[in-house]
Amino acid sequence: MAKRIDVSGLSAYYGSTRAIEDISLTVEPRTVTAFIGPSGCGKSTVLRTLNRMHEVIPGTRVEGKVMLDDVDLYGPGIDPVAVRRTVGMVFQRPNPFPTMSIYENVAAGLRLNGVRGKSDLDGIVEQSLRGANLWNEVNDRLNKPGMGLSGGQQQRLCIARAIAVSPDVLLMDEPCSALDPISTLAIEDLIAQLKNEYTIVIVTHNMQQAARVSDRTAFFNIEGTGKPGKLIEIDDTPRIFANPTQRATEDYITGRFG
Amino acid sequence: MSLSHPSPVRKAKNSIAYVVMGLAFVVACVPLVSILWTVIVKGAKDFNGYFLSHSMRNVSENQNSGGAYHAILGTLEQVGIAAVITIPLSLLVAIYLVEYGRGRLAQAVTFFVDVMMGLPSIVAGLFVLSFWLLGLNNKASGFAVSLALLILMMPIAIRSTEEMLRLVSPALREASYALGVSKWRTIVKVVLPTALPGIVTGMMLGIARIMGETAPALLLAGAAESINPNVFQNPQGSLPLFAFNESQNPSAFAVNRGWAAALTLIILVMLLNLIARLIAWWKAPAASR
Repeated sequence: MAKRIDVSGLSAYYGSTRAIEDISLTVEPRTVTAFIGPSGCGKSTVLRTLNRMHEVIPGTRVEGKVMLDDVDLYGPGIDPVAVRRTVGMVFQRPNPFPTMSIYENVAAGLRLNGVRGKSDLDGIVEQSLRGANLWNEVNDRLNKPGMGLSGGQQQRLCIARAIAVSPDVLLMDEPCSALDPISTLAIEDLIAQLKNEYTIVIVTHNMQQAARVSDRTAFFNIEGTGKPGKLIEIDDTPRIFANPTQRATEDYITGRFG
Repeated sequence: MSLSHPSPVRKAKNSIAYVVMGLAFVVACVPLVSILWTVIVKGAKDFNGYFLSHSMRNVSENQNSGGAYHAILGTLEQVGIAAVITIPLSLLVAIYLVEYGRGRLAQAVTFFVDVMMGLPSIVAGLFVLSFWLLGLNNKASGFAVSLALLILMMPIAIRSTEEMLRLVSPALREASYALGVSKWRTIVKVVLPTALPGIVTGMMLGIARIMGETAPALLLAGAAESINPNVFQNPQGSLPLFAFNESQNPSAFAVNRGWAAALTLIILVMLLNLIARLIAWWKAPAASR
């Protein structure tokens, strides 16, 4: 089930450095929300706070609230491991597990969480690979290593792996930046399909991509090096690209800086 | 700026560097090949089925008879016990250092691993002698040798495992965390399998290293000439010790036995390395095969 994300007063730190400051935004269910902004503006950090991946790096901490429907992900008694099962993530570089086959990669999330039963797994693996538009390309070599696929296929394998644990939200951190245009197109088509079932947040450096795939766009910016990143504005994607309310957004989108 | 062929000076420099490199390689190979050649030629005289299957019980040093079975058995048991204790312990220490260790304790562990790395084997032997034999009143035995060997193997095993675990890309750990897999399961199911070939190689290098240690056996095994499969009681033989003792004897037959024992030791170490490579190849990520 797709869920709504409500972020309020969110700040994140690396040691004593504040990376993002006072972020508040809402991500609607069954939509694609794109995070854009110059390098170092904290958009990836914001993304990583949404499934508590930020705190995987030693010395980091988070302040503020992230509500997933009516649960505060940073509330007391919340298990970060369980959060990540609910809010999945796809990374910039495809990172299939090198020791596992295609099948095992897709089943990894379930198997590592203790799901057994071959027939259940078979069904979920096929369904996830179909969901990631990869089934037709790999169904005859499921037992071959995942690392043997092309970059674009590997990334779709990672998406299949992420949706196999049936999360409510899918976070994507520049999922196409290491891919060629054809693979990028395949992933973008996939995102358009996936939003029927999932809430999707995608970080991208490619503004055309944001314009193509997203319903809503958030623009982040940073005042200077060492300063925390801030959310400048979030609005429907056509509005952001045609008629932003903030001057900085317009400058960035038209290529005057960044 | 000229885009034509490299200048004669550069060509000459290249040739000189090429020759120097080649010579360095040959020089480095000379001792290696010469050791192997000497041991094979001299060791082959006595190296046969009889040598491998008989002990020195009731064999006088002047006789052209006897064998190294008691020593082979002793070495395999002593090294085996040391390895069985060291492998899981060092694996856990390395996991702690790479995945969990922060602050003082981790620094202290790293420091002592470094210190132990340079520990001379005679010191490890003397430590066990004063602690286990003289201090706790135990008799010389194969197990005492195992204790000294595991002290010697531990730092090598920890350090190499640590390096291998650090080589596993953080992206793989993150991929696993992002699937809602706990840290420990990530380590066991993702990190360790990925690093396994390297870990196995490191462990085998450690075993190969301790297999040839003579000093601990000299101090702790007692001199046994007959077969003693019990590591906990009575003196036990050891291959390096056997090679050492026989080579010290004036009898030409004893010296021959010493060479054969040296050859046996080299073959054992090579076999272990071969097994390690096989395991590493078999467990390697399939794509890189």
